[in-house]
Amino acid sequence: MSRSSATKELDQMDANNPGSGGGDLDRLMQLLARIPGLGPRSARRAALHLLRKREALLVPLADALTRAATNVRRCGVCGNLDSADPCAICRDERRDPSILCVVEDVADLWALERAGAYRGRYHVLGGTLSALDGVNPDDLAIPGLLTRAKSEEVREVILATNATVEGQTTAHYIADRLVGTDVKVTALAHGMPMGGELDYLDDGTLGWAVKSRRPIS
Amino acid sequence: MQWSDTGIVLSARKHGETSAILHVLTEQHGRHAGLVRGGASRTRRGILQPGNELSLAWRARLSEHLGTFTVEAGRARVAAVLHEPARLAAFAAACELVDSALPERVPDVTGHRAFRALLETIESDDAWPIAYARWEFALLAALGYAIDPTGADVPPFLAGQQAPDDPRGRTAAVRAALDLTGAHLPNALADHKARLPARARLVDRLARQSS
Repeated sequence: MSRSSATKELDQMDANNPGSGGGDLDRLMQLLARIPGLGPRSARRAALHLLRKREALLVPLADALTRAATNVRRCGVCGNLDSADPCAICRDERRDPSILCVVEDVADLWALERAGAYRGRYHVLGGTLSALDGVNPDDLAIPGLLTRAKSEEVREVILATNATVEGQTTAHYIADRLVGTDVKVTALAHGMPMGGELDYLDDGTLGWAVKSRRPIS
Repeated sequence: MQWSDTGIVLSARKHGETSAILHVLTEQHGRHAGLVRGGASRTRRGILQPGNELSLAWRARLSEHLGTFTVEAGRARVAAVLHEPARLAAFAAACELVDSALPERVPDVTGHRAFRALLETIESDDAWPIAYARWEFALLAALGYAIDPTGADVPPFLAGQQAPDDPRGRTAAVRAALDLTGAHLPNALADHKARLPARARLVDRLARQSS
């Protein structure tokens, strides 16, 4: 497109949206509005805030976005997101390589890392088996998991999928596929959450909390 | 337009950032869909699991609209089978089948009761594979694709006789029954080419248990 025709198009957009900040600003607001949690109104506010804090926020943000787009990739070993492959967790030699924690998504991995209760390694499936969405075993990172689980150093696989029908169906599927290997397969416990009140718990959680009760010494 | 009813969750698919499109089998209004605002939230997602029972209120401006559901948790049935692979697979297969095969908004009180009874049996009775096979056989008949019970390839327990007592014979009979109904099911689905992956996983699991 020649410069004159691009200018005409921008002029046309401005004419169609009187009061807007022109083509570049419209484009910025349209893209911001696509981010989860932001609608058109929030996008306009965010765009205005960024432009007001041009040096302090807009330029560093643009730089960070460019760097993330260029450098962040999936770890070839576990499926985590990092700017290096293998990721920092897979490279960390202080982590216990004999335990693999299987999670549905990178967000679940981050949640476990925030808790700081686990010092093993991870495997990110990239979703769950779902009849509704047509997700089959081949669409998930299950073959990679089986290969890793069969390696000599892995002794335990923790299936940390969500307590949903799809999450547990996926966990059972993986557990079946690990039958015959030497690894111990475990799953996260279900029951009372910290600070939970019995009166507000759902029936399912309460039922499992009673079933999974333990002696207090 | 509005009504209140009880229903069993068949499926819930995320819609937008926070809502979900819910499919339920209701007692008085048949298989019905609706939007649940906030249905994808952490608190609601647990309630909207296939097999769970809900109290529902549906509201729409016109009857042909999708409408919105207001839901309240009923019996959290699926939690009881979440840790039992075969029972969980049966729950998922039954919900998938009802969701794929039953017409929308056609009241069927008998069908609802049969489905509810099946889920109860899967949850609490060790002979649930027999009940599941009988339910599929009856579902085909209800949809107009009845299999002749006197046919040579029909396991006798589907024709009203007792199921075999020995576990091996019972499992073999269930497998034969599921092979038979599985061959006829595609005719009964709204989309004849639709796959039933949850049912395939159940059949696979039962086959592995018996081998």
